[in-house]
Amino acid sequence: MKKTLGTALLAGTMLGGTAWGQDVTLTIESWRNDDITIWQDTLIPAFETANPGIKVVFSPSAPADYNAVLNSKLDAGSAGDLITCRPFDASLELYNKGQLADLTSLASMANFSDVAKSAWQTDDGAATFCVPMASVIHGFLYNADAFEELGLTPPATEEEFFAVLDKIKEDGTYVPMAMGTQDQWEAATMGYQNIGPNYWKGEEGRKALIEGTQKLTDEPWVAPFVQLAKWKDYLGDGFEAQTYPDSQNLFTLGRAAIYPTGSWEIGVFNPQVSFTMGAFPPPVPNAGDTCYISDHTDIALGMNAKTAHPEETKTFLEWVGSAEFATLYANALPGFFSLNSTAVEMEDPLAKEFVSWREKCEPTIRSTYQILSRGTPNLENETWNASANVIRGSETPEDAAKRLQEGLASWYEPQQAQ
Amino acid sequence: MAKGRPIRWHIAVFLAPAVLVYSAIMILPLFSTLNLSLFTRTEGGTAFVGLDNFRTLFGDPRWSAAFWNALGNNLWFFAVHMLVQNPIGILLAALLSSPRLRFSAFYRTAIFIPTILSFVVVGFIWKLILSPLWGIAPDLLDMVGLKSLFAPWLGKEEYALTTLALISVWQFVGIPMMLIYAALLSIPDDIIEAAEMDGITGWSQFRRIKLPLILPAIGIISILTFVGNFNAFDLIYVSQGALAGPNFATDILGTFLYRTFFGFQLQLGDPHMGATIATAMFAIILVGVCIYLFLIQTRLRRYQF
Repeated sequence: MKKTLGTALLAGTMLGGTAWGQDVTLTIESWRNDDITIWQDTLIPAFETANPGIKVVFSPSAPADYNAVLNSKLDAGSAGDLITCRPFDASLELYNKGQLADLTSLASMANFSDVAKSAWQTDDGAATFCVPMASVIHGFLYNADAFEELGLTPPATEEEFFAVLDKIKEDGTYVPMAMGTQDQWEAATMGYQNIGPNYWKGEEGRKALIEGTQKLTDEPWVAPFVQLAKWKDYLGDGFEAQTYPDSQNLFTLGRAAIYPTGSWEIGVFNPQVSFTMGAFPPPVPNAGDTCYISDHTDIALGMNAKTAHPEETKTFLEWVGSAEFATLYANALPGFFSLNSTAVEMEDPLAKEFVSWREKCEPTIRSTYQILSRGTPNLENETWNASANVIRGSETPEDAAKRLQEGLASWYEPQQAQ
Repeated sequence: MAKGRPIRWHIAVFLAPAVLVYSAIMILPLFSTLNLSLFTRTEGGTAFVGLDNFRTLFGDPRWSAAFWNALGNNLWFFAVHMLVQNPIGILLAALLSSPRLRFSAFYRTAIFIPTILSFVVVGFIWKLILSPLWGIAPDLLDMVGLKSLFAPWLGKEEYALTTLALISVWQFVGIPMMLIYAALLSIPDDIIEAAEMDGITGWSQFRRIKLPLILPAIGIISILTFVGNFNAFDLIYVSQGALAGPNFATDILGTFLYRTFFGFQLQLGDPHMGATIATAMFAIILVGVCIYLFLIQTRLRRYQF
């Protein structure tokens, strides 16, 4: 019985093998489950038409679980051929373990600047292991109709920002700002990392922190927490239990006037809102200050080193690095800005607004992503908790900063010297 | 002696399937987890470090604070179940077994149904019910004029864990109810009749006659609750995420283990520290079960009818 079954299975596999022999199927691992329709309807068909014989399947998992799921799959040898890369250490670790292939020799790598590639390179920049796809820019979205109704203009400075919030609160029609602390990451990503660069002066502060010449308890790093602590009064009732989707809905239903966020929401919100949306960059402390924005290299695509189809996978990656892909991707997903050196013409006005800040402000990336989240406790994860605590008011800005600094100094050598 | 008794091979043969299956899927993984906790990751491999991981877990202020926080939360989670779930379960069973109750089959089914629901479903339903924005809890309280009592419970450090424990009680109260109900039904009618002849009825009948007879069942329920609670993970993960917010107020051993073993967001997983926590959990559960088996179980009196 067992033998018959075995033979039957074997025969089945062989039959299957011959039937599918013509086409190679590549699987993409990703955390972008919001993008599944774009991949299936736009990107993959465009590639498959140009490259007959290669089929591509987009198979995303939930964003919060992605890293854990991917690591398990890679260890078990069941991961897809193409791996969507998180920036910096999460992917570097995979490369060091030999799970991501070296892609330095890929022809299309020439289409990307060193800055664009920096998030997916070894520390010395010798090897690049993912093809950069897009960056996201932080800022604030606002309900332009509500602003008009209340006679408000987008704020440029910290003072104006709180004046606007006060007016919205006074009027009472709208929740001034849509944000909750239940999921924690919004507090850190859309709060701390959004407004922070204006205080720590973007790259200057970020690099100083890595070199150990600045500490998280220094004024520029505590100031964003002091700002966050003031946000509490402008959030909706019960913001402590408000989740990320709750905040999204609160804003898209027109019940909240301002939404601290990132450009990745544009594509999600556009079909949902019935009002005009506007965007403004994080307000600067004093009028006339240089503005800094978080233009975070966020997403790239790499190759599973153990893929059964390295040639086909490389073909796909060459296409991902092409200008054609950049145009398709940036327009299908307004708010994900191509890192390709070729200028991409975008149609979405809101996406254009976000990208225009690159001209007048200094871009930087999220402060916790490079190197500083290598140890335990993990600075990025600690920042989630600290930012949420500060907004809820259960920890003072100074205490939160002190705790983060102690955690970082417990394993990061350059921070131990002082 | 050797002559008279041949080796009884059939015992080994009949035991073999169970022993093999049990070893392969239970004993081996258990020991490989224990083994994993004695190693650590180094450049390009793993190295044996003895009990160093345990020293880190209990000695390092950060790790030990997280561990004791999770253990404390876990104890509270268990206490809520013991103080709320099991008494309510016994009460419901006593009511259901009353011959005068009509529609008892309906109540029994209705109360038991949440038990068969998935944690994910329960977590999301309750999150929605309690949502300060769209939930029906604030509206219901408003209708009776008690809106001021409403708080975003799942987001408050002081209420979140108790709220989740009560949600879990709501889901699982059917299990103690069913077990006690079965125990109550198995009490022979002649004992009850004899009690009635002696004039023991109502509450004192329950306390003096029925309760001693269902004590072994209550013991079993307690130990099931203990093991279930110390292995709990799903409900917290579904409703609060792996960081078990707010500020780790709902972090129990299960979520702590998950975060450490598999990693979270930028934190990479550490199977060795994860296995260390798993081993500590195993020890806690083992001690709890031993206390029950050797101190309580042996003292319970059993009655043969």
